[in-house]
Amino acid sequence: MKVILRQPRREIELEGVRRVSDLLRRLDVVAESVLVIRGDELLTVDEPLAEDDVVELRPVISGGGS
Amino acid sequence: MKCRVCREKAVIQVRRHNANFCRPHFIDHVRRQVERTIADYRMIRPGDRLLLGVSGGKDSLALWDILTELGYRVDGVYLHLGIGDYSSDSLRLSQAFAAERDLHLRVVDLPEEYGFSVPEAARASRRNACSACGLSKRYILNRVAVDGGYDTLVMGHNLDDEAATLFSNVLQWNLEYLARQHPVLPASDGLAKKIKPLIRVAERETAAYAVLSGIEYEVEECPMVAGNTINRYKEWLNRLEEESPGIKAQFLKGFLDRGSKAFRDGTAPELVPCETCGSPTTGKVCAFCRLRDATAVDLRRRESA
Repeated sequence: MKVILRQPRREIELEGVRRVSDLLRRLDVVAESVLVIRGDELLTVDEPLAEDDVVELRPVISGGGS
Repeated sequence: MKCRVCREKAVIQVRRHNANFCRPHFIDHVRRQVERTIADYRMIRPGDRLLLGVSGGKDSLALWDILTELGYRVDGVYLHLGIGDYSSDSLRLSQAFAAERDLHLRVVDLPEEYGFSVPEAARASRRNACSACGLSKRYILNRVAVDGGYDTLVMGHNLDDEAATLFSNVLQWNLEYLARQHPVLPASDGLAKKIKPLIRVAERETAAYAVLSGIEYEVEECPMVAGNTINRYKEWLNRLEEESPGIKAQFLKGFLDRGSKAFRDGTAPELVPCETCGSPTTGKVCAFCRLRDATAVDLRRRESA
């Protein structure tokens, strides 16, 4: 499957990822810090993923601050 | 996962509320959180003129949409910070959002109107970029609100922003900042009233709200923000949240309900008009005028070198 990462935008290929929760674990990302997007839908952690899926892992942390 | 309300397929899990939501019920949930926050803190009186600080990011655009949907008439102010493509992209997205909804967006250009950009100010002063940026935003948004006759300046700070700022202020025991951290800061001489209606909505939820509402926002991060301490605190707090859902909201709510009063008593510094621009300050010349002067000196020095 193809995974689109942001900040900056780039793409990686992963194999054998069965669910969103596996994807987050493989990339060591906490669910609270990202949205997982496939097409125009948001995916919950239990959502099954297919080998030909394209999913975006979009970080939600922004802003900075002094 | 099924939606808590209708049992249809859920698109988002909100673990601290022990709830999953489908798209329409999530949007409704977020709007109700904001509506309740406004009511609980008596943020807005009928007829108030509202000015929202707009950055083109998920929080300010989601909040503009929510307030409009709740029936408020809100104008926006966008501050062009002079940070290359990032600034032009986020301006384009802010203008597109306003135009689609027939909302009024005032644009202030920092380099054109004040003679310097955020990268130049960061280079000239000993502040990091986020600090120079935050100072400029606070100063200019307040000026626009006061000069424009607005009753209230509305800011898009979310639960994560406030929890991470609180965490930082506690780590450093910054009593002055702790005294001022509140979702409603009343108007005082030269300062507009300031409110933060998103404090009960987590960052992930404002992003989800924007995506699910079809709001196009600036997804890329500001190029000046790399390694920012507050953002690192947010990541750590999210790891705690993963272990203990609700910990961020408890931390902030506990402070606002029980802790904050102790810091507010007797720590408010006296404000006097800045000798240069007249804005309220604790010193003779306000921090923004000092930043502008230092940057102007630095720019002149570089030009003649």
